[in-house]
Amino acid sequence: MRVRETLRNGLWDNNVVFGQLLALCPVLAVTTSGTNGLGMGLASTAVLIASNTLIALLRRFISPTVRIPVFVIVIATLVTLVDLTLNAWLHELHKVLGLFIALIVVNCAILGRAEAFASKATVGQAALDGLAMGIGFTMALTLIGLVREFFGAGTLFAQASILLGPHFAFLEMRLSEAFEGVLMMILPPGGFLALGLLLAAKQAYQERHARARPEPLHPVVKEA
Amino acid sequence: MTLNLEIWRDKLIYQGLSLGLVAMLCGSALVMGNQLTREAIRQAEAEDLAASLAQVLPAGFAENDLLADSVHISANHSPPVTVYRARKAGLVTAAVFQTSARGYAGEILVLIGVDREGRLTGARVLKHTETPGLGDKIEIGKSKWILSFTGKSLVNPPAARWAVKKDGGDFDQFAGATITPRAVVAAVKNGLEFFATHREEILR
Repeated sequence: MRVRETLRNGLWDNNVVFGQLLALCPVLAVTTSGTNGLGMGLASTAVLIASNTLIALLRRFISPTVRIPVFVIVIATLVTLVDLTLNAWLHELHKVLGLFIALIVVNCAILGRAEAFASKATVGQAALDGLAMGIGFTMALTLIGLVREFFGAGTLFAQASILLGPHFAFLEMRLSEAFEGVLMMILPPGGFLALGLLLAAKQAYQERHARARPEPLHPVVKEA
Repeated sequence: MTLNLEIWRDKLIYQGLSLGLVAMLCGSALVMGNQLTREAIRQAEAEDLAASLAQVLPAGFAENDLLADSVHISANHSPPVTVYRARKAGLVTAAVFQTSARGYAGEILVLIGVDREGRLTGARVLKHTETPGLGDKIEIGKSKWILSFTGKSLVNPPAARWAVKKDGGDFDQFAGATITPRAVVAAVKNGLEFFATHREEILR
């Protein structure tokens, strides 16, 4: 089974943000704190799994000529349903995430996975790929959010208890009372800086790794 | 079945119809979703509104359900303002309504409560897009600044001193952000003037 490979692909090699460089608009817009990044990541993961599964189910019936409009309609419908459901029954969570949910429609990573993977895979594979890509996306968003939040406001996971419930209040941290942060990191330029530096770090790590072991054990197949 | 589909998939009529079918199914799913969630969303939003009304109106002002006692007042061709009225024994004790002003990065929406004599029972910023870390101190969650409005009226302080300290007024500004508090002061003052102008209508 290619479970390990799919997970590795989503989490590291072909990570939505750090590998494919997709969905950078929501990435830069919402990662002003670790909590925001986590919330956006989780909501996107839910939509990604559902859209991948549905597209894989429908793939035999979808004619290649009209596939893109079909994907767009399916994704937009799913996002709207998630939005309505959260608003109705998880209203507190919706107040925190509401702004981001509509943004998921324009997250090109979801259309990208529908096109590059789900439309060519079985339902199980597509769902797993959605999960792996979603977790990878969530990790990337949370990481960028934490970096920006720490250097921008001096806190980590501020207001996590609103998103995850009071049990998670322990996540909220302020590492030093003296450090209030550099505001720029929370503003848009900070998003570009954090993303650029993290990308560079990943590249540097991979370079070193490749040099230490010239023959790659898992050859990485680049996907469109 | 598979073979048939492959032939059909290339035909224009199949493509058009399949796209139409998907759109229809998605449309139906949305209609159903909307119907199923409408009541719950309406209720959740009413609870939200009631909670924010309670924030600017201390306990003891209302015996009635504010949400059920509202009046729409339009002034100077601007969109009508919904005024919620708190009553005790039929008499209006206070009114709660929204007011707004342009801040540094967009509209700032402020909810204020005003008692019969035109004194503020409270003010809260409902919505804003000010700079995080500088202008967002107008939120109750970030700073106590907004509480400084409670008890103020158009005669206390006098009209000329309804401004931030930098402009010779009574209200504090924040380090690095003057435009935001200036806008909130203006919004609250506008709200009080609105109340004064339409006092008869509101207290009816």
